[in-house]
Parts: sequence; C-alpha cells; structure tokens
Amino acid sequence: MSDVTLAELCVFACSEAFRGNGEVVATGVGPVPRLAASLAKLTHTPELMMTDGECYLVEQPVPLGPRGYDDRKKAGYLPFSRFFDAAVWTGRRHAMVTPTQIDRFGQINLSQLGGTHQQPKTQMLGVRGFPGNTIYHPNSFFFPSHTARVFVPGEVDMVSGVGYNPAKRVPGGNYSAVDLRRIVTNLCVMDFGGPDNAVRVISLHPGVTFAEVQEATGFALIDAVTGETALPGPEELAIIASLDPHGIRNSVIKDNPPARKAAA
Amino acid sequence: MSGLDKRMSAAEIVAQLSDGMTLGIGGWGPRRKPMALVREILRSDLKDLTVVAYGGADVGMLCAAGKVKKLVFAFVSLDAIPLEPWFRKAREAGQIDVLELDEGMFQWGLKAASFGLPFLPTRVGLGTDLAELGGLKTVQSPYADGEVLIAMPALKLDAALLHFNRSDWRGNVQVFGPDVYYDEWFARAAAKTYVSCEELVDRMEDHYPEDAQANIVERAFISGVTEIPGGAHPSSMPPHYGWDMKAFKAYSDAAKDPGDWSAVADRFVGSDEATYVAANGGLEAVKALPLPIF
Repeated sequence: MSDVTLAELCVFACSEAFRGNGEVVATGVGPVPRLAASLAKLTHTPELMMTDGECYLVEQPVPLGPRGYDDRKKAGYLPFSRFFDAAVWTGRRHAMVTPTQIDRFGQINLSQLGGTHQQPKTQMLGVRGFPGNTIYHPNSFFFPSHTARVFVPGEVDMVSGVGYNPAKRVPGGNYSAVDLRRIVTNLCVMDFGGPDNAVRVISLHPGVTFAEVQEATGFALIDAVTGETALPGPEELAIIASLDPHGIRNSVIKDNPPARKAAA
Repeated sequence: MSGLDKRMSAAEIVAQLSDGMTLGIGGWGPRRKPMALVREILRSDLKDLTVVAYGGADVGMLCAAGKVKKLVFAFVSLDAIPLEPWFRKAREAGQIDVLELDEGMFQWGLKAASFGLPFLPTRVGLGTDLAELGGLKTVQSPYADGEVLIAMPALKLDAALLHFNRSDWRGNVQVFGPDVYYDEWFARAAAKTYVSCEELVDRMEDHYPEDAQANIVERAFISGVTEIPGGAHPSSMPPHYGWDMKAFKAYSDAAKDPGDWSAVADRFVGSDEATYVAANGGLEAVKALPLPIF
C-alpha cells in the first residue's frame, strides 16, 4: 500500500491504544484521535462508547466535518452536565489528546508557555479537564509534529495533567488511577513501560530511525523498538475514508506525507 | 402582581450589580452565553469584577474592556477558534488575577457554594501545579483510609447571569438545549441570579406545562428575568439558533487589528441591544443561524 498516508498510519496506530478497553467512553480530541477511537469501535473494540462530539452517545461513530445536523443516531446521552459524574470521576473513559507540551514524566501542559502565572508569555486554553482526566482515567496522546519543543527537556511550563513525577505527588494522595498509555507521533509509537514509567519507543514508523526520534526529543528515550509501526490494511483505510469524507486528516501533518518516507 | 413578579429590564439587572462583585456567567465557551446581559455590563460603569465562567467571548470582552479584576476559569475558548484572543491579550499583559481550575473542580466549587459548605474534597488537582498556583489546601480523610485530598473551596457568587429559552414572570424557567452545562449550579451558588430568556410568558402552567421537565432550576434561585430574543448572540442557543462564527471571526481578528478594544467596542457591543441586533443582520438573521455540527 504505497499510497497510505502518514496521517492514516497514525490513525491506525492510535486506534490500537483503545484495543480491548471495554465499555468506557473513548474520547479522541482532534481529527486523528477521533478517527482512531471511531476506527477502534468499528473494528476490534465494539464495546467502546463515544459521543457525537456534543452530548449524545452514539453506537455508529459520527464522521468528521460538515454533515446534516440530525445525521447522528442518538443511542444515549452524556452531556457536559453529567460528564464528571458519569465518565471522568468514575474512571470509565480513555481520552486521547494533544497537549502543547509533554515531559519525561508524562506531565502535560495545555495552559501557558513561558513567563509567570500572573503574566504568561503565551496564554493557551487553560488546564481544561486535564487534571481530572489524568488522576481518574487512562490517557493517551497524539502529536502531529514530534519536536523537542513538544517533548521538552526538564518539566513542562505548567503541569496541567498528572504524570509519574514523584516530586509532584503530595504524600497520602491516591494516584492509583494515573494510567498513561500510548504516545503516537509522526515519527513513532511510545509508551511509559520503562523503569519508573520512563518513556520507551516501541515502534518506529517506516523509514524512521531511533536516532532521529531521540534527536527530536528533549529527554532521553529508551529503545524498546520491536519493529516497524503497522500500516492499516484496505479494510481500515476504507473505514477511515468513510469517517472522514472531507479529507480533514490530510491537513493534520505538514505536507500530508506518505506513510513510507521516500528514499532520500 | 406580587413580590413574585421578577420582571426587570437588562439595565435594571445590571443596576443590581456593583463594583467588586463576584459574578458567575453560565453557558460553556461559545455556547448559550447570556451575551446581551454581558453587553449591558459593557455599556455600564461596572468594574473590578471577579468573573467565574466556563469562558468564551463573555470573558474575552469583559477582559478587553478592563472590567475584570480576577478570573476564575478552566478554559476560555470559542471552540472553532480555540484560543480566545482578547483573553490572551489580557493574560499576556498580566492585566488580571486568576484562579485556574480543572473543569470538574470548577463545578465542584459551585456545588460546595450551593450547599453552604466551605469546600468539597476531590482528588482532582493533585499532582499538578493547580494547588500551588491557586493556594488550594489539602484535607485528610478522618476515616481509616486517611486519604489526602484537595479541599476545593466553595465558589460563592454574589450574582449569576444565565440565558434560557423560556421563563415566566415568577422565574419558572425552561431550558431546551441538548446540554444544560452547569447553569443550575451557578444559580444555586449565587446570592442572586438573573435570567435573560428568548421568550417570557405569563404563567408557565398556562403555556407550556408539557415541558415542565425542562425546568432545570427552581424559581427560588431566580431573582430577575428579562426577555431578550437573540440574547445569546454570537454564542449558540439551541434549538433556536447556532453560534455566529462570522461574528466570532470578526471579533477575533479585531484583537490583532486594530487590537484596541475601545476602537471596536461599538461594533461588538453597540449603544443598545436593538442597535446591536440590527447591526448583526436583525433578529431574523440571528434566529436563522444554523446549529453547529461537532
């Protein structure tokens, strides 16, 4: 399949994060994570629950982009007004998100860069639900551009989500549900399976070397590569295309490269 | 009528507010915000507010106009325009004090205030920078588990502003959007709650008794009501109308060019609500805005 794009490979790799998760709400924020959760539900993990992106639970994943307002088929109801009671604080969710920064502890930042809390150099969204998500349910991450500006040296500028940093853990707190699963980027797939939850590279996308990944990362990685990241097959590609009829996935990674890098 | 007659004008509602108050604003990001009441504040001399909101353009405009002393927030966003530009400007200028919270902690704080509790315990916030930055304290479970938890302080509001679909003059409200967010908790957490609505009726039981389940918060928590059709514009008001992304875009662009609120406030606030609605194509155009697709 020479015409598989890197974005499609990432959707496929991200969908693996949801494999066997059971009856939890799979939330993918952004086109690739959302397609991934939907693909997982339509292939290996039909038990997954998901919303239409607004407030209804759907059993048939909702495609990306413009469509009829009432095209969604409502099977249940999970509005923001019930979200913490039902999905987050009960741990019945797995979210895949794209923070602005992540560090070697898996601490994430979506709030601010540089400066001080009183006067940040760059204000972003705010912590949103990251503190609650990370202490209550599994989380995975997708980054379309793997650089040391994202995978920062030291720690993130503002810790918006709980990681595995022992210095950050107030003694006596219950961190038993902190569960960071996978990191998928435009270069590789990683997990937190190293000693003390250190970040490991577990597969490299076709044509990418471990040295390249390390070069693009602000902290030391463990090489636990078992092979090349798998490419989606015809069935998965057809499902991805049907879930993204407007080709929004084509604008996620710069220049929409093919999954297999052209020989230099 | 009686003391139960809670009808007021938007200007009368804003006249109930005073400098330095802690003001909750309902809705969520660009969704069902009481924007007409926010615009009425922007037309007033009110200042030094502590604003508590799941923020959208309400927060951006109040920050831009220098009305905000402190902001209690988990995010400020216009969804399709993820970063609220006027809020960013205020933050990056170091212009406002903040208490930054997780979205779930935020509603937990409203619930603590609603129940008259000093705080409610939660795990949320542990392991992040929130507690240290926000001065949040911990408590220990007195039971055998001894778990240490964050004590999320009550978010007591002097007043809350909400925009609903319907109300009668006694404050029997009805809300029809598919998601009511945390509006009922803003109302219960506030000493006074003021509601603008798309449709004000005489006696709810005579008009829409079949919709009584849409009464998301009891009238004991409603102090004032006013009818402002289109009052959520440019935010969304399902099922009546969607958000006005064109208006949000113009508002966002203005943060860059000219970047000076006083030069553009007239465009986004107007001298009065009728002028504002007319400048945005009239009420029919607002009501024809398509509902957003997620």
